[in-house]
Amino acid sequence: MNSWEPKIIAFLCNWCSYGAADLAGVSRLPYPANIRVIRVPCSGRINPKFILAALRHGADGVWVSGCHPGDCHYIEGNYYARRKFALLKNFLEYTGIEPGRLHFSWISSAEASKFAETAREVVEAVRSVGPARHFIKTKPMWDDVEAPVNAACQAEVG
Amino acid sequence: MEAYTKKIREAAQRLLAEKKVDGVIGFRQGTIPMMSEPVFIRHVDQVNQLVWNSFCGVNLANYLVKRKDRVAVVAKGCDSRNIVLQIQENQFQRQQIYILGAPCHGMVDRRKVWAFLQGREPVQVTENGSQLQVSGKGFDEVLPRQEFLQENCRICTHRNPVLYDELLGEEVPEQSDVDRYEDVRRVEAMTPEERWRHFEDLLAPCIRCYACRNACPMCYCPTCFVDESRPQWVGKTLDATDTRTFHLLRAFHLAGRCTDCGACERACPMNIPVRQLTKKLEKDVKALYGYEAGLVVEGRPPLDTYRPDDPQDFIK
Repeated sequence: MNSWEPKIIAFLCNWCSYGAADLAGVSRLPYPANIRVIRVPCSGRINPKFILAALRHGADGVWVSGCHPGDCHYIEGNYYARRKFALLKNFLEYTGIEPGRLHFSWISSAEASKFAETAREVVEAVRSVGPARHFIKTKPMWDDVEAPVNAACQAEVG
Repeated sequence: MEAYTKKIREAAQRLLAEKKVDGVIGFRQGTIPMMSEPVFIRHVDQVNQLVWNSFCGVNLANYLVKRKDRVAVVAKGCDSRNIVLQIQENQFQRQQIYILGAPCHGMVDRRKVWAFLQGREPVQVTENGSQLQVSGKGFDEVLPRQEFLQENCRICTHRNPVLYDELLGEEVPEQSDVDRYEDVRRVEAMTPEERWRHFEDLLAPCIRCYACRNACPMCYCPTCFVDESRPQWVGKTLDATDTRTFHLLRAFHLAGRCTDCGACERACPMNIPVRQLTKKLEKDVKALYGYEAGLVVEGRPPLDTYRPDDPQDFIK
């Protein structure tokens, strides 16, 4: 049995996509529970190191969502973000990250159904590329070292 | 190329005597062959130290960041583009810097010569037009200069300085038949798995000395992201993940700013072709926003501006 579920970090803009997530919640729209939301002031706040840090800490995918072009609370933050993301997505995929792991979207605070639908799309895309192992450190983690030892001790004690 | 030596000395003499500048940044003969080293000339009686040859590959723009005094600097095509970028980024005022533009025929990669010699030690290396005369104990070789150029010089399309106060020689013809992105396209054609392994092998020798960062004239943040500790974005170990995170972020910081001067590769003690990362960004910036870094002082860098109709087909 495969019990793996993708874990996705969603950076949502406070002024739109976060509101959309909220609205999706109060409207009882179902969407997968694989998403961990981090609220940011603007999609322009996203630094490439946030995305790499998410992958390094075990996320299987990253989703960044902000306001539609022209609707930025700070007038133009998402325009700058768009250039940054275009380069970043190409660049990370160039270095070997699978195309299904990084997702970007524009969702306004009224688009609860688009939020739920995009969440489903993102989760399915990440699920189809499988667990992200590339950025996980290759040195033994404590769990890997301890778990077999603990199991052996358990077996001895009975 | 050696003809520039005389011109550089004359210019340095004149500028220092007229008190137009506080110092001149150029090159002097290094302690071993093929290693011309940067030198700061502050007095007229030192100008005879200045030289110019095929081994002046170090990017002198690196010494200009946050300067308060007035200096003259010898600048090749790539160096001058870095100076343009630094002016755009307010590192100094244009009038502080007197640029001695050096139209460039490409710099010789000392490592290629060493590799050719297979352990024999060069004692004297001289130039004669398109030939390099390398001699040492028991050997005397004549090498075609063109075949020993630095990789970035081989595919350079901006050999003439884009910004200068004085030109040291005739402008040289620009190379137009070069394929700048051949290696990038080769990587792009691979599958994601192959690409990951390609860069894993490429970065495996990295010892995290940060020489690539320090040699880069565009790297001057007061606190580098690798030195940040709260939060610590990049692990400090030699683990492949940490090394890769460092290289990805370092390269991304140069998106739309890299002039492909080759300082990073030149400085790398492990011979890692780190330009493969920055060149991908250079290629994308050109394709998406039609921008080449450091050609004109006016206008903003590509990531500091936008157009309402920028491509966004990757966004849902």
